[in-house]
Amino acid sequence: MPLLRNGHIALDQWVAVGDDEALPEDAPIIVSLARWRAERGSLVDEYRQIGIRLKGGDNAEEIANDLPYFDLVAIEFASIADGRGYSTARLLRDRYGYSGELRAVGHIIRDIFPFLHRCGFDAVEARNDRDAKAWRESVGAINVAYQPATDNRLPTTVLRHLPLAAAAE
Amino acid sequence: MYQYDTYDKTLVDQRARQYRDQAERRVEGDLTEDEFRPLRLMNGLYQELHSYMMRINIPYGTLSSAQLRKLAHVARTYDRGYGHFTTRQNIQFNWVTLEQSPDILAELAGVEMHAIQSSGNCIRNVTADAFAGAAADEIEDSRIWAEIIRQWSTLHPEFAFLPRKFKIAVTGSPNDRAAIRVHDIGVALHLNAEGETGFEVVVGGGQGRTPMIAKTIREFLPARHLLSYLEAILRVYNQFGRRDNKYKARIKILVHEIGAQPFAEAVEKEWEQIKDSALLLPEDEVARITSFFAPPQLEKLGPTAPAFDAKRLTDRAFAAWAKANVVAHKAPGYGIVTISLKAPERAPGDATHTQMDAIADLADHFSQGEIRVTHEQNLVLPHVKLTHLFGLWQALAHHELATANAGLATDIVSCPGLDFCSLASARSIPVAQRIGRQLSDIERLHDIGELRIKISGCVNACGHHHVGHIGILGVEKKGEEFYQITLGGDPGTDAAIGNIIGPAFAGDRVAGAVENLIDTYLAQRSTNAERFIDTYRRIGAQPFKENLYATA
Ligand code: SF4
Repeated sequence: MPLLRNGHIALDQWVAVGDDEALPEDAPIIVSLARWRAERGSLVDEYRQIGIRLKGGDNAEEIANDLPYFDLVAIEFASIADGRGYSTARLLRDRYGYSGELRAVGHIIRDIFPFLHRCGFDAVEARNDRDAKAWRESVGAINVAYQPATDNRLPTTVLRHLPLAAAAE
Repeated sequence: MYQYDTYDKTLVDQRARQYRDQAERRVEGDLTEDEFRPLRLMNGLYQELHSYMMRINIPYGTLSSAQLRKLAHVARTYDRGYGHFTTRQNIQFNWVTLEQSPDILAELAGVEMHAIQSSGNCIRNVTADAFAGAAADEIEDSRIWAEIIRQWSTLHPEFAFLPRKFKIAVTGSPNDRAAIRVHDIGVALHLNAEGETGFEVVVGGGQGRTPMIAKTIREFLPARHLLSYLEAILRVYNQFGRRDNKYKARIKILVHEIGAQPFAEAVEKEWEQIKDSALLLPEDEVARITSFFAPPQLEKLGPTAPAFDAKRLTDRAFAAWAKANVVAHKAPGYGIVTISLKAPERAPGDATHTQMDAIADLADHFSQGEIRVTHEQNLVLPHVKLTHLFGLWQALAHHELATANAGLATDIVSCPGLDFCSLASARSIPVAQRIGRQLSDIERLHDIGELRIKISGCVNACGHHHVGHIGILGVEKKGEEFYQITLGGDPGTDAAIGNIIGPAFAGDRVAGAVENLIDTYLAQRSTNAERFIDTYRRIGAQPFKENLYATA
């Protein structure tokens, strides 16, 4: 599965480690919340780059205080219908100020790219290489935002009332 | 009414194009049905028993004559010549093809309409008082706030995949005609002591298999905080609503399981964090939207209309219609007219393309080009001069649209039931028709007075049977259709869920049972002015029950 960062195929140097798997030496690792909690001290000692993988039911608040340790947060979508990850992503970015990589993993189809993008995800585990183009096209397919979210778009409530000069900038 | 600016237009056009691409990928096999399902549902396309059904949003039930003409055109061109108005103020077309569905959305975009989020587990079309902007009893036009909610909720990226569907209703009048207490969120407009606009917010109402009346979680929310408060509720629900069982996934279950008070605290805590964010409603945007709902330019008239009174004295049929189907307008000399879509033998809520065209023309002549859809599945002309009523009535009669039964026992709300719906347990339309036949005597119908009968074809309760004064629920027992009767439901200000009165009836006995309940009411009512529901509240279920099952 190719990794997309901002709509471009990117090299994935991260190693996702299962809870029972041995930790690799000298690689950036992604561990579950449970493993992070259990082995946090030794992980911090031994690894320069740590990523965490949240399940749909894991809330942003649970890792809010640990965010300085993470360079990557992966949020799992068990199915397309499970929308909890969108709230988790927005809270991590907007409330807890997380600015590292925010990666959507699991059941990801290109039709949810616009939602992911507006909620602050900058990376996805895509299905195939064509999804890179799909990301670039679909995040702008609807370029009107009726509401503020976690991207840099101005919502219509604001945009409609900008002085013309400012709007043209 | 609201008119799209370039942002609104761009959004629906882009959305129509995006959907065309998705539908084509499905037809070509690029998308599996599993992948396509949530996408088509987000554009209002359901797969039903015989065909696809498309549900089109009519935001807060307000239509222009041009929009209604477009719906007539869609009925003629893409369906079998008619449409079905729903209990959520929307319209459904029952005979749509997947291949043509993108064309319908493109046509609709041309008249500022769409089907975004008309199904799926997302925030559905917002509903409001069908008499908003016209009702004599209203505080403020609820459509201003419904439009603000419509925009905020449309393509909201965080709430596209909620645990379950989500419905919001707004009332601007103390007499709730929007059934806010049986919605996931209900918003009731109030003025505080300083005369500022704000809202009582109620949460966790609903029908379906576990009917509940919503609880108030905030008495007064200043208007500028409306969106941040809604966002806080939705965020709590999105994170903590149950996803393990679709029958326990609505917000009412969450509110019920954790309790209204703890739920309210969770919302307030979340809201504190976002209340002063970009969600704070800018005054200029509220003013912009308010300007679209400025009162129409109506003539200054006296409260009486002698010509109207004279006609009522000489024409009994007209008088009966005017009594049932016309209510007071806030402007003297005007009335609000309900066009009943409950003519005998017709499916409740159905209108043909010729009827829709005719109503659009009448709206242009008599009602400022505006039409409303009610949650009782009727249409409304909101601004009609009393002196025009007789001419309007004659024109309506010509199209079988002058049935004098608004709010009466034959103004039956019914879901499509087994004739169309893949989830149904039993038919509902034929039951409505049979009751209609039984109560065809117009004098008697008017003597019985207000009586809300509502029929659902299964426990999903799309026909709102829980809040019918008489509710009828289709159930299936050993391959046969039976109907369970509830009494005492009410969707309005005194919202209540009806109680099951006793064993269910076979299909051919339902009309007789309703007749029996009405006989008990007529014998028991204290005065002719006491409505069925009031008598029921006063004497309880027992007398009804005794008579109903006496001969069984
Ligand atoms: S109540 Fe049941 S039968 Fe009626 S429309 Fe809803 S799902 Fe279908």
